Formats: sequence, structure tokens, C-alpha cells
Amino acid sequence: MRNALGIVVFLAFTFFLLTAAFEIRPFGEPVHREMDNYFIMHAQEEASANNVVTSIVFDYRGFDTLGEATVLFTAVAGVLMALRSRGVKT
Amino acid sequence: MTTTIIKTTTRLLAPLILVFGLYIILHGHLTPGGGFQGGAVVASGLALLIVAHEHKKVKELFERAPLSQLESIGALGFLGTGLLGLAGYTFFKNVIANSGFLFGGKTPIGINPGYLNTGGTLAYMNIFVGMKVLAGLTSIILIFFLILKEGEK
Amino acid sequence: MNVLTNFPFIVVALLLAIGFYTIGFKKNLIKIVIGIEIIEGAVNLFLVALGYVKGAYVPIYTLAPKEAAEVNKMVLPTPQALTLTSIVIGVAVTALMLAFAVNIYRHYGTLDVRNIRRLRG
Repeated sequence: MRNALGIVVFLAFTFFLLTAAFEIRPFGEPVHREMDNYFIMHAQEEASANNVVTSIVFDYRGFDTLGEATVLFTAVAGVLMALRSRGVKT
Repeated sequence: MTTTIIKTTTRLLAPLILVFGLYIILHGHLTPGGGFQGGAVVASGLALLIVAHEHKKVKELFERAPLSQLESIGALGFLGTGLLGLAGYTFFKNVIANSGFLFGGKTPIGINPGYLNTGGTLAYMNIFVGMKVLAGLTSIILIFFLILKEGEK
Repeated sequence: MNVLTNFPFIVVALLLAIGFYTIGFKKNLIKIVIGIEIIEGAVNLFLVALGYVKGAYVPIYTLAPKEAAEVNKMVLPTPQALTLTSIVIGVAVTALMLAFAVNIYRHYGTLDVRNIRRLRG
């Protein structure tokens, strides 16, 4: 009984996802691109890098990368803590 | 698991993979790539080295590897490079660019062939983040390998 | 309809459905981790597909073709930066989940979620 209910909910959700995928704007024609145009036009003079993606990751959205580095550090510390119980040293 | 085929392939491929990863880290501000991707490539090369060797050999190879030190240096260096911008500007301001310091050459505007001596703090951050990702992923793979081999005995 | 033009988004929807099915109906912890990974790949693909512009170039100025410097001739760079962040976090979180799975197997001797219920009484 519970399994049947779950399958019904899953099918409804899949139908919703497929409908959304059909109804979204056409692929390859973004609607809002003012911010990205600014980044592309000004990345070289403001961040002094040819690679616009790197200048966004490390300059415009530097706080994002800082939090991400923290998450990576925490995850590595968690793995080492969870598996170190048998006295294996790294 | 460690057959002759795997060992020979590793001996040929691992140096190439490591050099390619370092190239991606160093040229992060010019070509596709950067600290995260290059660090992942270097970590995969080290994972190949880990998988292709015996348990004892791996333990004595990576016994002295300063992985946690590298990770800490990467995190602190990244933070410190961001803090450099507080000298007169805001956090994460690119102060080294166009200043004549290392990686501080004049950046041409528009399409150019790409000069390595540009980028300012971005190049430093790429190096630090690459160090950090390399150490983190390698230590994850290493501890999984050591744990699973200990469990088999 | 626009099946052909929106093909990447349909792939994203199918991948999301497969991932949710794996999470909801499988009982093995490792398979649940695989389902979470499938969902993560779907989200990354969705972000990159959102930023694509038809007929545009890579957002890198090194040795780019002449017409890439004109307006609206480069792919949106912000979704790519977000995806880059998401991939590394995904790897780290997967390692954490697998470490917890190893610990659970050591403690309970099984990976079946129906048997890991000691607290339920």
C-alpha cells in the first residue's frame, strides 16, 4: 500500500519534471544576461585575467569560493575523523 | 590487483598526468582550468600511484607526505591573499594586478595570445587552491585505500 | 514540439527522476549514495545548459577568434563558475557519505536501511 502510494507520487513528480522541461524557454537563448555581459566586458580591466570564469570564481564571487574551501576542509576532516578509529595514520 | 600491466602503465602515465595537472594550475588565468580542476587532475595521478602499488610500499611512500600541512597552507594562503586587498581597498580586491610584482604584469585588453606574467592575485589563489584540493582529495583516497586494505587482513 | 531544441533539459528531467527513484525505492545505502550522485550530475548539467548561448564561444580571451569579442558572442560565465564550485563540493560530500557508510557497516554488519533501526525499538 505504501509502496503503491510512493510510486504514484513518483510518477506525478516525473510528469511535472517533464512538463517543466518542455515548457522552459528554448535551449541556447538566455533571457537575462546583463550581469554576464558586464562580467565579460570588464573582466580584463578589473580582474586582469583572460579567463572570465576564473575571474568570477576568484574575484567577483570570492566569498563563494571561500565558503567552498571551508566545506572541502570540513569534509576532509570529517572523513579522516570517521575512518581513523583503527589507528591508521596518514 | 597490482599486475605488471597496471604497474607499467602507471610508470608511463603518472608523470604525464602530474605535469599536466601542474600546467593546468599554473595557467589557470589564461586557459581553461584553474586551481580546482588542476588539483583534481594531480589528485587522480596520485590515486593511480596509490592503486598500482602494494600496501606496504604505499604506506612507506606516503608516510612522510605533508598532506595536512599542504591543506592548511592552501587554506591560509588563500585567505591571506584575499586579505591583501584590505590594504586600502575591499576584501578580495585584486591589488597585485598591474603592479609590477610577480604575476603583476600589464594586462592587455581584448583578444591576446596570453601572457603568463599577468593575473595578479588570481594566479596566487589558483596555486593555493590547487594545493588545497590536491591534498584534500589525495588524503581522502589514501585513507580509504589504507582502511580497506586493513580490513582485508 | 520542441523536443529537439530542449533535449538537454529533458535529459536533466529524466536524470532527476532516476535519482529520486533510486533514493526513494532502493534499500542499500551505497545505492542511495549513487542516487544522490545522479541528482548532483543532473543539477550540474542543468546549470551548464542554462548558460549556453547558441553559436557563441568560450568565455576566454586567450587566442579567441575575432568575432568572440563582440557583444553577446560568449557563453554565460556565471553558471559555469557555480558548477565548478558544485563539482568539488560534490566529491567531498560523496567521500563523507561513503565514510559514514563504512562506519555503519562496521557497527551494524549490514547496509540495508530496514535493519539499521536500533533506536526505533
